[in-house]
Amino acid sequence: MKPLTPISTPKRIALGVSFFVLFFAVWAVATFGGFVSRTFLADPITMVKSGYTLITEMGFLKDIGMTVWRVVGGFLIAAAIALPLGVAMGAYKPIEAFFEPFVSFSRYLPASAFIPLLILWVGIGEEQKLAVIFIGSFFQLVLMIAVVVGNTRRDLVEAAYTLGASDASLVKRVLIPSAAPEIAEILRMVLGWAWTYVIVAELIGASSGIGYMITNSQALLATDQIIFGIIVIGVIGLVSDLLFKFANQRFFPWAALGKA
Amino acid sequence: MSILSIRGVSREFSTQSGGKTLALQATNLEVAENDFITILGPSGCGKSTLLRIVAGLDRQTTGEVLLDDKVIDGPGADRGMVFQSYTLFPWLTVLENICFGLRERGLPRDQQIEIAQSFVKKVGLVGFENHFPKQLSGGMQQRTALARALANNPRMLLMDEPFGALDHQTRELMQEHLLGIWEAERKTILFVTHDIDEAVFMGSRVVVMSARPGRIKLDREIPFAHPRHYSIKTTADFAALKGELTEQVRAEVIASQALA
Repeated sequence: MKPLTPISTPKRIALGVSFFVLFFAVWAVATFGGFVSRTFLADPITMVKSGYTLITEMGFLKDIGMTVWRVVGGFLIAAAIALPLGVAMGAYKPIEAFFEPFVSFSRYLPASAFIPLLILWVGIGEEQKLAVIFIGSFFQLVLMIAVVVGNTRRDLVEAAYTLGASDASLVKRVLIPSAAPEIAEILRMVLGWAWTYVIVAELIGASSGIGYMITNSQALLATDQIIFGIIVIGVIGLVSDLLFKFANQRFFPWAALGKA
Repeated sequence: MSILSIRGVSREFSTQSGGKTLALQATNLEVAENDFITILGPSGCGKSTLLRIVAGLDRQTTGEVLLDDKVIDGPGADRGMVFQSYTLFPWLTVLENICFGLRERGLPRDQQIEIAQSFVKKVGLVGFENHFPKQLSGGMQQRTALARALANNPRMLLMDEPFGALDHQTRELMQEHLLGIWEAERKTILFVTHDIDEAVFMGSRVVVMSARPGRIKLDREIPFAHPRHYSIKTTADFAALKGELTEQVRAEVIASQALA
């Protein structure tokens, strides 16, 4: 192996898949070989079987739907407010000076620690889940978007001014388009974090969702179901990640040109 | 009749230690209609600072700059600028880059396209209208930047070592190209460079600046008739003039090295 030397696509896929195979193999050996008690860790086959039962007989698809809905809902609300605020902070330094210290502070408030408080305030309904995701993603989004917008290449800004751009059109026609691909990347990353918040919210207080199923299964010592739930979360996260990547490449072809 | 008057313009920078550095001494320069003035000087002599002050991207400490008897206060579309760094908007195609200033002026779309197309032709980029900047060579990018500045029909063109990042052969072609455009369009140009060959070949006047703090040390008419052919670079007259300017610039470079 030589440092930094790229590998071919088939090779990359083969290597990526082989780790999954290895992972399941180790898991199978550990469980079928009797090295780990079935009570604490179900084997892969049982996991797949009970996953099938969960979906076909216990309405698990509805739980998945609920969880996806919460993540997407809470994330969209956070993004809808964070985008304009982040852009404004990145573009206008007084606005940044006003919000930045508070947002920086709020960013370190752990979203999961708000759950007990939110249950007191709004109960264990949907508002609580949306609020947890909002708190977890909003402040992160605002700060990162502001940084990206604020880092717009100064020579592009100057070029725009010498072409007669007004301040408003500088924001609209230079700062925003220039930051757009990186903002899309930020959204992709923070959406991944939103997934962990929703599960935490569902673990603590919910009557539906993947997290709720996982807590229920814990009471029944159904590790097969817990693992299936976790894998479902992973798969959905991966799929949403790929969709985002695909959309980014489509919407911002110019940004990918230089990276090849 | 001069269209641009630089009157007693100086620039002081604050240093980190709290002191002040004089980058540019009080400078006077009158630029007549159709002048092609090349500004030569050692690096750090303030030639780019002077150009940026004319562009309105930097502010002088003393003095004033007048364009058509109006005091310059900030950048504007009447002074087109081409930078040394590649400043095309990476998210816009060649054609859209050239349209940038036209759209800013609120021209109807079909007129924007028509004007932009004519400049695509003038800089020899037919067939590349829909390419993104990253798909172009350095020389093509700078030609697009030139077209973008010219499409705005500015009173003056300010060029800050626009060919500085190009290889020698491309640079020579670009010089001929720009000269051809200047001869055809009769624009007024301020052109900063540290390439003496380039300064003599293109300029109708060459201005030599001293080492920091910069001041105008020499202002010389270049007598060669237009249209100029690149073969004049090998004539005795050209060599003599280049020799004289080389001595002048060299003295300043040595002075600036000694300062450092």
